[in-house]
Amino acid sequence: MVERAEHREIDVAKERDSQVDATRAWVKRTFYGETIIDIWDLDFFYGKNQVLRNVSLGIPKDGVTAIMGPSGCGKSTLLRTLNRMYEVVPGARARGRIVFEEEDLLKTDPVVLRHKIGMVFQRPNPFPKSIFDNVAYGPRIHGLRNRRKLAGLVEGALRRAALWDEVKDRLKDSAFSLSGGQQQRLCIARALAVYPRILLMDEPCSALDPKASDRIEHTTRELAEELSIIIVTHNLQQAGRVSDSVAVLLAGGELAEFGPTRSVFEDPEDERVANYLRGRFG
Amino acid sequence: MQADQQEGFSRQKRSAAQWTAFSLLGIGSLFGFFFLVFILIWIIKQGAPAISWEFLTTKPMDMDRAGGIAPMILGSVYLTLGSLVVALPFALGSAIWLSEYAWKGWWVRAIRIGVNTLAGVPSIVFGLVGVGLFVVALNFGVSLLSGACTLAMLSLPILIRAAEEALRAVPGSFREGALALGATRWYMIRTVVLPTAIPGILTGSVLSMARAIGETAPIWFTAVAFSMNQPYPTSIFSRVTALPTHLLYLTQYNPHYNVTKPIQYGTVFVLMIVVTLLNLTAIVWRTRVRRKKAW
Repeated sequence: MVERAEHREIDVAKERDSQVDATRAWVKRTFYGETIIDIWDLDFFYGKNQVLRNVSLGIPKDGVTAIMGPSGCGKSTLLRTLNRMYEVVPGARARGRIVFEEEDLLKTDPVVLRHKIGMVFQRPNPFPKSIFDNVAYGPRIHGLRNRRKLAGLVEGALRRAALWDEVKDRLKDSAFSLSGGQQQRLCIARALAVYPRILLMDEPCSALDPKASDRIEHTTRELAEELSIIIVTHNLQQAGRVSDSVAVLLAGGELAEFGPTRSVFEDPEDERVANYLRGRFG
Repeated sequence: MQADQQEGFSRQKRSAAQWTAFSLLGIGSLFGFFFLVFILIWIIKQGAPAISWEFLTTKPMDMDRAGGIAPMILGSVYLTLGSLVVALPFALGSAIWLSEYAWKGWWVRAIRIGVNTLAGVPSIVFGLVGVGLFVVALNFGVSLLSGACTLAMLSLPILIRAAEEALRAVPGSFREGALALGATRWYMIRTVVLPTAIPGILTGSVLSMARAIGETAPIWFTAVAFSMNQPYPTSIFSRVTALPTHLLYLTQYNPHYNVTKPIQYGTVFVLMIVVTLLNLTAIVWRTRVRRKKAW
C-alpha cells in the first residue's frame, strides 16, 4: 500500500516536471510536510467564464489552511471544488487533478467524497428540524437507526462544536430557536457527526457578530487538533488568528502565494500579494 | 403667457382624463364586487330557509320533491377526496421531477406547456375523455371510480403547479446542507425538501378540491346516477350523485321544476358553504405556515 503510494507520488512528480512552471508548484506543494489534498493544474469554468487558472497547491494535513483573496477571485469556488459542491451549479466545470486518499476526487463518487469532506456554509443553514435531528442527519444517511448510538454521536458532535452545554436541555427544540452564532456551531456539529477527515468552512463568520465569530474561531482552533480544516475568509485578521498556512488567490483566479501564515503575512514573495495585504491592513 | 395657459389647459385636461379613467376603473371593480355580494345575498336568502338537520341527513323522497340531499353531499365528498387520492401521487411525482431533476431541454418545456394547456381544456372535454377512457376502455363503468379519475385529470395541473411552487420555495441552502453531508439527491428530497414543502402542497390540494367539487360536466357521464334506487354508494363501482349534478338534474330534467325550488336553492347554498370552507381552510393554513416559517 505504502509502496504504491510512493510510486504514484513519483509518477505525479514526473508528470509535473514536464510542465513549464513545475518548480514553483513543487515548492508550493512540499514546503510543509505531509499533505492531505494535492491540487494539480486546476482550471475552473462557469460556462465560458474561467474562474480558476492553473492552481496547484498541496494542502497540509495538520492545522488550519486559510484561502484568501479579493472578492470574486474564486476562493469559494476553490473550496467548493474540493467536495464537488460546485456541481449543483449548472454549467460549472473543473479541469485538472485533485488527489485525495490516492484518488482523483474529481473522478470519484461525490456522495462518498462528501462523507469524508464536510462543509460549513457562509450563512448558517440548519434544517427546519429539531436540534437533535439536525446533528443526527449525517449518521442517519449512513443508515444508523440505533437511538443510543445516535444520542452518543449527537452529544459528541455538539461537545466538539462547543454547543452542548447551551442546548443539552432542549435538543427537541427547533434549530431556528437558536441564535445565529449557535446555529452556525450547530452546522459545525452537524458536519462533525459523521467524522470527516477534512472540514471546509466557507466564510463561516461573515453573517455573525464579533462575539459569535470569536467563538467560532476558538472552536476552529480546537478542531484543528483532530482534523484538517480549510477556511475561506476575506478577513485578514481572522486568517492571522486562525490559520497555520495561507493561500492567496488574486483576481483572475491565480494562486499567487502559499506558505506558513506568518511568513506570508510578514514577508510575501509576490509584489501583488504584498499590495493586497497592505491595502487591507491600511 | 400663452405657454402658461397652454400648460394649465393641458394639466386640466390631463387631470380630467385621469379622473375619468379612475372612475371607470373604480366602477368596473365595484361592479365585480357587487356582483359577488348580489349572488351571495340571493343564495343565502333563498337557500338558507331550506337548510335543516333533516335536509342535510336524509335522502331525497317523493321524486325529489321532498327529503334531503345527504347522498349528494356524501357523493361530492367521495368524488373530490377520490380525485385527490388518484391525482396527488402523479402530481407529486411530476412536480418533484420538474423542480428537482429536470433542469432544461425541450422535453421539459413540452411537459410544462402540456400541463398548462391541460389547465385550459374545457371540463366537458374531460368528461368525454373520462367516458371513453375510464368508463368504456378500462371498463370501470359509470361509477365513483370513473368520476374520481376524471376529476383527477382535471385537478392535475392545479396540483402540479401548487406542488412545484411549494418545492421551489424550499431554500437552496437546505439542499446544499443535505448534499454536503453526503446525502444522495433522492435522500435529500425525501428528508429535507418534501417535509418542508408539505404545508404548501396541502394548501394546493385543498384548493384543487374546492375547484373539483363544483364541477358538473366531468362527472355527468362518468359517475352520476339519475334514478336513485340505491342512493348511498356502497363501493367504488357504485354510481353516485353530487351536489352540482343534483342541481342540474333538478332544474333541467325533473318535471316538478317549480315544486323543487327550495331544494334547488338549498343545494346551491350547501355547495357554496362547502367551497367557502375549503378555501378558508387553505387560506388559514397558508398564513399559519408563513408565520411559522423561520427562514
